[in-house]
Amino acid sequence: MTALASAPGPSSALPSAPQPAAGATVTVTDAAGAAGDAAWGTALWAARLLALDPGLGGIWLRAGAGPAREEFVGAALAASGRPAARMPMGAEPARLFGGLDLTATLRAGRPVQAAGLLATLGCGTLVVPMAERMTPGLAAQLAQRWDAGAGFALLALDEGEADEPGPPPALTDRLAFHLTLPPRALRDGPTPRPAPPSQAERARLGSVGMPDEMLMALTEIAATLGVATLRAPLLALRAARAIAALEDKPAVDAAAAERAAALVLAPRATRLPAEPDQPQQSDPPPPAEAEDRDNQAAPGDAEAMADRVLEAALASIPPDVLARLAAQGAARAQVQAQGGGAGEDRRGAGRGRPAGSVRGDPRRGARLDLIGTLTAAAPWQALRRGAHQGRDDGRILVTPDDLRIRRHRQRVERVVIFAVDASGSAAMARLAETKGAVELMLAEAYVRREQVALIAFRGTAADLLLPPTRSLVQAKRRLQGLPGGGGTPLAIGIAAALSLADQVTRRGQRAHVALLTDGRANVARDGSPGRPQAQADAQAAARALRAARVPAMVIDTGLRPDRAARDLAAAMDGLYLALPRADARALSGALRGALDGSGA
Amino acid sequence: MTQAFPFSAIVGQEEMKRALTLTAVDPSIGGVLVFGDRGTGKSTAVRSLAALLPPIAAVAGCPYNCAFDAPAPGCPHCSAHPPERAETRPAPVIDLPLGVTEDRVVGALDLERALTRGEKAFEPGLLARAHRGYLYIDEVNLLEDHIVDLLLDVAASGENVVEREGLSVRHPARFVIVGSGNPEEGELRPQLLDRFGLSVEVASPTETAQRIEVIRRRDAYERDPAPFLKRWRAADTRHRKKVLAARERLDAVAVPDAVLEKTAELCIALGADGLRGELTLMRAARALAAFEAADAVAPAHLAQVAAGALRHRLRRDPLDEAGSTVRVMRAMDEVLPR
Repeated sequence: MTALASAPGPSSALPSAPQPAAGATVTVTDAAGAAGDAAWGTALWAARLLALDPGLGGIWLRAGAGPAREEFVGAALAASGRPAARMPMGAEPARLFGGLDLTATLRAGRPVQAAGLLATLGCGTLVVPMAERMTPGLAAQLAQRWDAGAGFALLALDEGEADEPGPPPALTDRLAFHLTLPPRALRDGPTPRPAPPSQAERARLGSVGMPDEMLMALTEIAATLGVATLRAPLLALRAARAIAALEDKPAVDAAAAERAAALVLAPRATRLPAEPDQPQQSDPPPPAEAEDRDNQAAPGDAEAMADRVLEAALASIPPDVLARLAAQGAARAQVQAQGGGAGEDRRGAGRGRPAGSVRGDPRRGARLDLIGTLTAAAPWQALRRGAHQGRDDGRILVTPDDLRIRRHRQRVERVVIFAVDASGSAAMARLAETKGAVELMLAEAYVRREQVALIAFRGTAADLLLPPTRSLVQAKRRLQGLPGGGGTPLAIGIAAALSLADQVTRRGQRAHVALLTDGRANVARDGSPGRPQAQADAQAAARALRAARVPAMVIDTGLRPDRAARDLAAAMDGLYLALPRADARALSGALRGALDGSGA
Repeated sequence: MTQAFPFSAIVGQEEMKRALTLTAVDPSIGGVLVFGDRGTGKSTAVRSLAALLPPIAAVAGCPYNCAFDAPAPGCPHCSAHPPERAETRPAPVIDLPLGVTEDRVVGALDLERALTRGEKAFEPGLLARAHRGYLYIDEVNLLEDHIVDLLLDVAASGENVVEREGLSVRHPARFVIVGSGNPEEGELRPQLLDRFGLSVEVASPTETAQRIEVIRRRDAYERDPAPFLKRWRAADTRHRKKVLAARERLDAVAVPDAVLEKTAELCIALGADGLRGELTLMRAARALAAFEAADAVAPAHLAQVAAGALRHRLRRDPLDEAGSTVRVMRAMDEVLPR
């Protein structure tokens, strides 16, 4: 080790990144203590890596405002050793990207260009508070700056709840680290602030080698974890290099790759590799190979390497991954519904929070944006005075061209429609589990101030057990009394959910359908038995749901999840979640974890 | 500005590369819509396009990119200052960021001059800068509606007209719109969809070997761009020369009646509305024939561009779960049995 006098070595002052925990069976309930320390250590590691290589984009930090977050931001900025700036809330693009400084120009009588925040920052760090409210437009502009070679790093502070969508994906896709900060107790005291990277470390970064098998391993892991974007493995490579540079290694070795995978790839995982329909093709590597810590492994060992790195990544996948998957689905649906360019646009002139102003005529029922209008009129004043000689009576000359009207964006309430399969095929024991899961989701929906509705289908009919309501108690009671047995009229159930969704939409709320079933329909739409017709009807109903653009998800309650429910989800263009026996506990645990997180 | 990733070094994504190349050969094909997941190289491909396009000869000093040999009749600059000499500019590839204001797109009163000198002058917007080149809209599906309307209007007329309180400006604005987006985040209005000549669906490569090659090249580029760019410069130059040659050959490429008939049959079979589909299909096939140095358009050319030219023009059919691409392919097999 050389020249580490100023910076604390990774092994001494800083807790290292979490090592693969044996068995990886961290339950949500005892996630405090050691796990919290590890998460904190991971976060600090990410900050140091970002400091060394701002090309990593930045950190998406999900944490409530509070001393813990401030502590981390302080540490991260100290580690970067570069200038930092906080993005002002509601900053105009000109403030951020530069442009003509109107005030100064008017005062000076000559054009005064204001340098944007980004230009003054250079390679510094931009701290974005409330990043979850960032508009896709701003995110796209920031992304564009990066693409054009800007070198700033971003610290996106997201105060959203565990299941909220977070900053626009165009942004998060470019940030290497996605972190959730654990709560910290006051007694923990201040953490040691990491020093900025030393000259030696910076110099080393440029010469760190990347053995081809490490590159292959990281790319394969990303694919195995269902990370489609190719930016992720690229960022993982960068992270691996930075790790090697900090640890004074000539090239990326297995340990560095493992850490990089754990830091960059694991939080992006959209599936676990051990899914039932993905049998492990390769035999487990012989132990000799697995223990081979040598970074000069032959290319033939790439697979074994991939397995090892994958293991490390898996160990650091948070236990609530399922809950997050569901949240992503919800987020996707939400974004889908926002779709600025599309028809379903709830931006209007009437109510809601402001969404900018546009040129327009306030006589058509819109509200005048006074400041916007004056701003538009301001530059013309000298010209107009010239045109109206002698009219210089100090009044501002406003013409119809200047008028700006205000636009608003409404926050639309969501109604989650639970359509529950209460048929005999969803055997009694499973029904109880399903009820439990629904109850948890109900509680979750309640926390988010959503309305819930409950439809149960069995035999030849679907019953609306609970019209849209906010009353959790009522919902629970109806659910408890839900009888089971009979055929599975899946098509009827979906159709009932669709018609309720229609009603909800007409009322100006947004519907979201959660279908809990094993997908094994055996009662057709007209009530007649027969599996093939029932399946076809169910598919048709699912497509109708998609055509109506109702976001949906299918939770497979079957003992052995098979294609039926998955196909149904595909037909709905919805999210598919399996609730197989072994994972039932995990799912409810994950749900509870999400609830605890949001309730705190 | 750092140098863009070389076009030739993009791994796979052949359809996207072909679509962009064809619009470079014949801009009248219209725009290209690239829909697909994040991190599939959409913006990389568009940004690398600039290096691929032959530079344009423009009137020196003209902010509207007027051609020197034929300045646009109504060009505000060239009618005031007679063109003196030509200058060579790189073909414009202009970014239209989300959240852009209307003024910035169409152009507006030159604030600087209005404020400081009390002069009424027009400051050209992004549409002027994109003339004779490309206008790139990332996340086109999230673009504000009123900007979309404006783009539709200008794209249809090839001319940008600004009428504001004594400020009357009319300048040519012919450009190829390249839009990219992620369909999961919002659909595009059918009117806007139809304005794009070609559409491409991109996906992350599923083959591990291909993914690894993408990462390997991108990593090499990010580590040390200079040698990487040098390594690919020859390939890019070759490609550019092919585009130039194809442009020159374009008018000479024959379109046999038999091919035109097939084009019509295909569009009828698919129920693609309007003549726009047919026209685009024919132009794209012709551009491809020119690019491949063929003398006449052959059915094989048609087959290669049919999906791109037609898949976004089909009526949505919620009961047909097959994707549009599959439907185009099905129709292809009927009309042009292999």
